[in-house]
Amino acid sequence: MSVEAAARLPVRRRMRANYQTVRQVLARINRYPVIPAAIMTVMVVAAVFAPYVAPKDPLLGSLRDREIPPMWLEGGRSEFILGTDPIGRDILSRIVYGAQISLVIVITVTAVGGTVGTALGIIAGWYGGNADEIIMRLVDFTLAVPFILVALVTVIVFGQSFAIVVTLMAVFSWNGFARQVRAEALGIKTTDYVAVAKVAGASGYRIMVRHILPGVINTVLVVASLRVGSLILTEAILSFLGAGIPKPTPAWGVMVADGRDYLGTSWWIAFFPGLAIFLLVLASNFLGDWLRDRLDPRLRQLA
Amino acid sequence: MDLRRPLLPKAFGLIKFLIRRFISMAVVAILVTLFVFVLSRASGDPRTVFLNEYTTKEQWEQWGKDWGLDRPLLMQYLIWLGRAARGDLGNSLRESRPVTDVIKERIPATVQLAMGAFLFAVGLGLPLGVLSAVKRGSIWDYSGRTIALFGQALPPFWLGIMLILVFAVHLNWFPTGRRGGIDHFVLPSITLGWLTAAGLLRLVRSSMLEVLDSEYVKLARAKGASQFTVIWKHAFRNALTAPLTYTALVFVAFLTGAVVTETVFAWPGLGRLAVTSMSNLDLPVLSGVVFVLTGLYVLVNFLTDLLYAVIDPRIRLA
Repeated sequence: MSVEAAARLPVRRRMRANYQTVRQVLARINRYPVIPAAIMTVMVVAAVFAPYVAPKDPLLGSLRDREIPPMWLEGGRSEFILGTDPIGRDILSRIVYGAQISLVIVITVTAVGGTVGTALGIIAGWYGGNADEIIMRLVDFTLAVPFILVALVTVIVFGQSFAIVVTLMAVFSWNGFARQVRAEALGIKTTDYVAVAKVAGASGYRIMVRHILPGVINTVLVVASLRVGSLILTEAILSFLGAGIPKPTPAWGVMVADGRDYLGTSWWIAFFPGLAIFLLVLASNFLGDWLRDRLDPRLRQLA
Repeated sequence: MDLRRPLLPKAFGLIKFLIRRFISMAVVAILVTLFVFVLSRASGDPRTVFLNEYTTKEQWEQWGKDWGLDRPLLMQYLIWLGRAARGDLGNSLRESRPVTDVIKERIPATVQLAMGAFLFAVGLGLPLGVLSAVKRGSIWDYSGRTIALFGQALPPFWLGIMLILVFAVHLNWFPTGRRGGIDHFVLPSITLGWLTAAGLLRLVRSSMLEVLDSEYVKLARAKGASQFTVIWKHAFRNALTAPLTYTALVFVAFLTGAVVTETVFAWPGLGRLAVTSMSNLDLPVLSGVVFVLTGLYVLVNFLTDLLYAVIDPRIRLA
């Protein structure tokens, strides 16, 4: 070994060591869904602090500022980062408030659907027999109904409103919870600790709440997180069709529908709200998958 | 499965299963139509629609008698259902002609669109699914998985609009919408078929991976069969059962998808009819569309169950 090479050795080793730590750090980060989590965080923060985050009023526009392109394009202005729509409203601000709508709907529907579905799932699993039969047939029923069509009929009669959207979506979102929770509850029912509780004289209610419920919580969380994406999409589709959130509330689906007629001149009106939906759904699907793999890998077939 | 089980109870099990599914499908159909009916009655006396300055009191009462409005609500529902089953769905409020005619006109457009979307989904999903399973970790695999991932997250209406923006408005390759020649089918078919293609791709990929790992494929390889034979003759055929039953479910996805896609592309089919009649407050037409589509939906669901039960006997036990 020449002197020269010997002198170079430690440096090279140090370099390799550095390289390895970088790789290790990357690998560690890779185990967590960093980018989806970041997207999700940005959206949630934007939604919660909408009045502070949004640069403009989402409903008020001035006709002098209509159809201004995003700021990096020719004719764009720095005060309207993502441009404005045909009546001069700031698109970024509307997207920020739109995040609020999506978030509120997802949380409400998941809370209602998750609670009802979990309760019915546990009841079906624990009591079995007729209760099980009735609840599971109800699940089959809600799965076999063409949801969009029922939504259209409901809206024609009752008109568009936030309450109708939430109710409709809640009615058709408990089924997945009930089905998975029931399967889980059937397994827990046969465990020794439930048998012991029964022998000790615990009531059915107590066993369901104190012994079965804690055992199905992971499943509930996984089902809920896997559902978020499709709930956001469903709400967006309803709003796009004019059967969801009424105008002028800035729901993302409504914004895309508004921008449809201006594709030739101002593509950004339809583009950015749709992009927001896409990113949020993608992020929540990623996070849902990750959470499932962490908490309950057996649910893999749930998609 | 116990092979020693006698044949008769097994066949009986299948029949029992089918009867059960049939009943539950009938219940769905009845409840959905009942729901539509109750809502349509809740929105007012159906006679007011036909009321004009020439209407006499006798006419008014005759209508009431004809439609059984003097009878209990349940009877009214049965009368309505009976008429609907015979193809009498009332008149459109907008166009003042029979709903059945309005619906009939729209069926071909939807069916053609569905076929186009199906071709796209199968044409993209099947080969790419196989490729990404066979060349695992390659560029094909990554692009396949990306498509599968995006397929689930892309809002269908936005996809349609972006396709119009790029390929119709800017590149001017395809028309922006409406029905017409073969070029009119491209963008709507992609929009409607995208989600299905993604689902199919995932299914084909995972079942191909499973099959490629099996003993008989290993045996075929050991025997010295060529890569082509192994993949297409041994693996592909066996990997196809799961996706086959999925393609039956595709129809159900198309139903919802058609409503969105037809709205985006101004496609004169049933889905768009449903949306326009909603915004026109034309309840008879909307109920008619729901009636027809729910019937189809329920029927296809039932046929899918049947197919499943025949292909995979384990389902019957569920």
